Amino acid sequence: MLEVSDLEVSYGGVQALRGMSLTVGEGEIVALLGNNGAGKTTTLSAVSGLVRPGAGRIAYEGDDITREAPPKIVGRGLVHVPEGRRIFSTLTVHENLLLGGYLVRDAKELAGRVDRAYTLLPKLAERRTQHGGTLSGGEQQMLAIGRALVAGPRLLMLDEPSMGLAPLIVAAVMDVIRDINQAGTAVLLVEQNAKAALKIAHRGYVIENGRCVLDGPALPL
Amino acid sequence: MSAGNGAAVQDPPVKPVKGRGPTFVTRFLESRHLGWAGLAVGLLAPFIIATPYAMDVMTSAVVFVMLAVGLNIVVGYCGLLDLGYAAFFAVGAYTSGVLSTELKLPLLATIPAVIVVTVLAGVIIGGPTLRLRSDYLAIVTLGFGEIIRITANNLSITGGPSGIYGIPGLFGDASSDPVVFYYAVLLIVAVAVLMAARLGRSRIGRAWRFVREDEDAAEAMGINTYKVKLAAYIAGAVWGGLAGVLFAAQLSAISPASFTFLQSALVLMAVVLGGMGSTPGVVLGAIVISLLPEMLRGLADYRFFAFGVLLIIVMIARPQGLWPHRSRER
Ligand SMILES: Nc1ncnc2c1ncn2[C@@H]1O[C@H](COP(=O)(O)OP(=O)(O)OP(=O)(O)O)[C@@H](O)[C@H]1O
Ligand SMILES: [Mg+2]
Repeated sequence: MLEVSDLEVSYGGVQALRGMSLTVGEGEIVALLGNNGAGKTTTLSAVSGLVRPGAGRIAYEGDDITREAPPKIVGRGLVHVPEGRRIFSTLTVHENLLLGGYLVRDAKELAGRVDRAYTLLPKLAERRTQHGGTLSGGEQQMLAIGRALVAGPRLLMLDEPSMGLAPLIVAAVMDVIRDINQAGTAVLLVEQNAKAALKIAHRGYVIENGRCVLDGPALPL
Repeated sequence: MSAGNGAAVQDPPVKPVKGRGPTFVTRFLESRHLGWAGLAVGLLAPFIIATPYAMDVMTSAVVFVMLAVGLNIVVGYCGLLDLGYAAFFAVGAYTSGVLSTELKLPLLATIPAVIVVTVLAGVIIGGPTLRLRSDYLAIVTLGFGEIIRITANNLSITGGPSGIYGIPGLFGDASSDPVVFYYAVLLIVAVAVLMAARLGRSRIGRAWRFVREDEDAAEAMGINTYKVKLAAYIAGAVWGGLAGVLFAAQLSAISPASFTFLQSALVLMAVVLGGMGSTPGVVLGAIVISLLPEMLRGLADYRFFAFGVLLIIVMIARPQGLWPHRSRER
């Protein structure tokens, strides 16, 4: 459903991606692994339209979305949970979730989606009126995921959801990602914590210096 | 959950509300009746004191409220730093001043033209700069404020340094009673405040807050941040321009000296002092900023010094503003 081919991105003089290619199929969890600075975040940003690639092509469900604007891409159900969670610390949990549904104009539909996010992430329901910044790291990650769910993703892209979390919490986050996947959403999971990611992923890619150096099913990786 | 629990968590970026439940007072302060109470105070004020001087001061304060509420859309709701807001005030005042004196129109009839011109000015300034990172906006707006003032100083149609005289009242050249004029201004500004507060709670208002909090995350969630910022900037421009019409009506004469950087800075101060993004806060901030120097008149030459000291004390004691924004969505 997502096909990235020969993507090149540079920031000023620095080339971050040099011919990055990957695919994500319907219903899959695909892990994208690599060291600091390998180009994982840049890959996600390019797919969601936040940075403009210099060359290459991004196709989603058969359409070329290489130069599409972020709102359009989100509207297509391709939703990005950015690195470092980026939740709104001065807004409540509930308001954060509402942001996820910004493109949903129908109030009933929006309320339904928010309720479904609360069902999947009951911790959030308890903290509905609490400010985002006062949540624990794990709860913030859950909120970031919940917010993305409200956007109605068919492909969810997560950037290092395990960052800075205790092992037990990492496991809980991975369980939630698996649940989301089993409900029918494809997942592109960027991680440095390869062990945790490969536990739930079907396939994986290892990237280095802006291109893919290894790929295959999760188990052998 | 109660707000008190928030305090137990380490390092909260927002100051949690003090550990009390909602008292009658706090409930009243957050209720919707508050705006009506504020309006009632405004309506009753002339019954307490109605000297021409007092009416003049109060009318200026109400016009200043309109400016602050308009700038609050830009700075408070959307987080865009505008250092030249007086420019829109000037554009509105001059547009209605020129049209009304040249074409002999009542000021109210110039309002559609004022709206068109301020929207255009907003698009011309905001259009290119809002594509850049937000920091540039502060510099560009600072320059814009000066350019407008210097232009008005040098054009003949704006009367150069001496400005425009003999601007008719709101409803034509009625030799209007200051009390009647005060009430007219109060009602217009009340509607403007209400509309700004509504905007803040609407869908676009929510988008403004998301952009203010984290532009990149807002973009990632599908908000067209450029359009949203431009909308805030244009709304601010229109509010500022309409305040300019009221200003022209009050003084019946305008000159470039009224639209200096100091004016922009004072409006910004009202927004920050009152509490960015909070409508009651900003209204209060504007009233304090405009009335305090009058009340300190007894101190003669020291009054601006005392004014500065008081502002510093308030900002230290209440860094979030006198009356910070609290979200209503639960
Ligand atoms: N905004 C930027 N401006 C300049 N260079 C950047 C920018 N963002 C990323 N880079 C550079 O691009 C390269 C790839 O960065 P990227 O953030 O994609 O790596 P990453 O794999 O996500 O790393 P990490 O695991 O640390 O998050 C790095 O060399 C980085 O320094
Ligand atoms: Mg990264």
